[in-house]
Amino acid sequence: LSFEKLDDETLEEIEELLITSDMGVKTASEVIEKLKERANKSDNPLETLKEILRELLKIDSVEKHPELPPLVISVVGVNGTGKTTTIGKLSKRFVNEGKKVVLAACDTFRAAAVEQLKIWSERVGVDFISQGQGADPAAVAFDAVSHAKSKAKDVVLIDTAGRLHTKHNLMEELKKVHRVIKKVIPEAPHEVLLVIDATTGQNGLVQARKFMETVDITGIVLTKLDGTAKGGIVFAIVRELGIPVKYIGVGESIDDLRPFNSDEFVEAILGTEEFEENEV
Amino acid sequence: MFENLQEKLNRVFKSLSGKGRISEKNIKEAVRQVKLSLLEADVNFKVVREFIKAVQEKALGEDVLSSLTPDQQFIKIVRDELVKVLGEKNVGLSLSSKPAKIMMVGLQGSGKTTSSAKLAAKFKKEGKKPLLVAADVYRPAAIDQLIQLGKQIDVPVFVGDRKNPIRIASEAMAEAIKNVHDVVIFDTAGRLHIDDKMMEELKEIAKILNPDEILMVVDAMTGQDAVNSAKVFNETLELTGFVITKLDGDARGGVILSIRHVTGKPVKFIGVSEKIDGIEPFHPDRVVGRILGM
Ligand SMILES: Nc1nc2c(ncn2[C@@H]2O[C@H](COP(=O)(O)OP(=O)(O)OP(=O)(O)O)[C@@H](O)[C@H]2O)c(=O)[nH]1
Ligand SMILES: Nc1nc2c(ncn2[C@@H]2O[C@H](COP(=O)(O)OP(=O)(O)OP(=O)(O)O)[C@@H](O)[C@H]2O)c(=O)[nH]1
Ligand SMILES: [K+]
Ligand SMILES: [Mg+2]
Ligand SMILES: [Mg+2]
Repeated sequence: LSFEKLDDETLEEIEELLITSDMGVKTASEVIEKLKERANKSDNPLETLKEILRELLKIDSVEKHPELPPLVISVVGVNGTGKTTTIGKLSKRFVNEGKKVVLAACDTFRAAAVEQLKIWSERVGVDFISQGQGADPAAVAFDAVSHAKSKAKDVVLIDTAGRLHTKHNLMEELKKVHRVIKKVIPEAPHEVLLVIDATTGQNGLVQARKFMETVDITGIVLTKLDGTAKGGIVFAIVRELGIPVKYIGVGESIDDLRPFNSDEFVEAILGTEEFEENEV
Repeated sequence: MFENLQEKLNRVFKSLSGKGRISEKNIKEAVRQVKLSLLEADVNFKVVREFIKAVQEKALGEDVLSSLTPDQQFIKIVRDELVKVLGEKNVGLSLSSKPAKIMMVGLQGSGKTTSSAKLAAKFKKEGKKPLLVAADVYRPAAIDQLIQLGKQIDVPVFVGDRKNPIRIASEAMAEAIKNVHDVVIFDTAGRLHIDDKMMEELKEIAKILNPDEILMVVDAMTGQDAVNSAKVFNETLELTGFVITKLDGDARGGVILSIRHVTGKPVKFIGVSEKIDGIEPFHPDRVVGRILGM
């Protein structure tokens, strides 16, 4: 996108771009209205547009640090968004910081979910706690957090099963997992990350709302941004629900996780980013 | 809290009762409501634009203006137009070769492996002798996943050398012929449509197999970008159809309209649960209301 003057045609082009990023009609219209308001006071409307989009994403994202380790992070979301893979990548980040990590195989439902997480634990070289398929996920979480506490580990990552937010029983099961974790560490889980697939449309907002009603979501991980989908639904999620985006997933490999950067994200939405070689 | 499309349209048409005849302006407002509803349902922007144009022409051209029940007349036009794009009725699988070959492809996490096993279970129930082939050698435990699903439904799973998907595919065919399987289902790795190397791999597998069906598995929650991935998969592989998964959620499923519009290929099945029997034939008329939001 590039433009100097804000005529009707340009405004339409911008609106189309925003809607095709999955931002949603409502949020896109609000952006357009703001842009119209501010444009006459500005001589660089493109910069004004970027500013408006950045403002939408502005929200304090606090890093959680428990008084005593371990830090417990639960990773949740609908089916197939990238929860397990994100846990693999996250554990690598923690290990790089010199932390001792425990992975908890609490997806005891999906075929080979346990094996998948085990492979990640071996890749990264971290502890792996499981009771196999069919076990009670809450019991596995209890085990993992107890293990981490008694063995002075720094971080526990809880891999939960994919579940649609519309399934009452499964959402209750998730609550139970968190309740049982609290029996070991009352403040835990300190972080609850909701994983959203960047290809998701308007349902992403519904997912976030329902998961937030169920558990205390502290952040979003937006995965699969290495494709052509833009992930614009997070504008609506951040704005309506006040949940910050913490990380983005940009591939299937262990290093393909990055902290969220709203400047870069806005440039990518508008297609104005400079080409940048992936740093290693 | 949210007014559905039906209510909105009622309002558009009701606001004029008593004030005389329906005007072009009313129709345009009704069309605008349909447009917004389709965008809310994640139908691609460009697809909406073309669809809406057709609806508007019809609505202005037909008897809506003079009808005694303009709202019903209008809704009928919208529904009929939608069914026209989606196809009138279910299109089944066309499995003529012996053994018949079905290749499952798509983006990461869409539901290929699960849908492969669901189809195998369905064939088995119909008295056929299916073989599952684990051609995803990349995702951690993908092969294990298919093996476990195969065990659940008592369908054999061919794994080959667990390394080379192209070799696995051709060796699987020899195995299928040897053991007289009548339908072979190939589960492939998830991949991005912009990953040329991985797309090339699918092309090579398809060349060796010459499949009866190449089904792209698409998540019902997908938004605007679905047209891009579906288009590239279709151009690379000449898809024969789609499987739309996770329709047991509350996504409106506008993606169904988008992909049909850009590829012309039918949706053949829908996934309606995580369980192995959660697959159904797709009936276009049954999703029309869901996509429209009424
Ligand atoms: N291209 C790309 N693929 C990703 C990314 N993150 C995850 N994936 C892929 O998406 C697919 C699903 O990932 P998983 O980690 O198994 O997802 P999940 O949410 O744990 O899935 P369920 O447990 O079945 O709900 C896998 O093929 C991953 O390799 C990403 O950032 N980019
Ligand atoms: N609720 C629901 N979940 C589904 C459906 N189909 C698949 N899933 C779930 O979606 C997730 C991903 O399914 P997979 O079959 O592993 O997807 P895939 O396309 O093989 O994934 P990759 O091989 O990583 O690309 C799993 O958690 C499945 O249980 C469905 O119709 N409904
Ligand atoms: K997905
Ligand atoms: Mg998982
Ligand atoms: Mg798979």
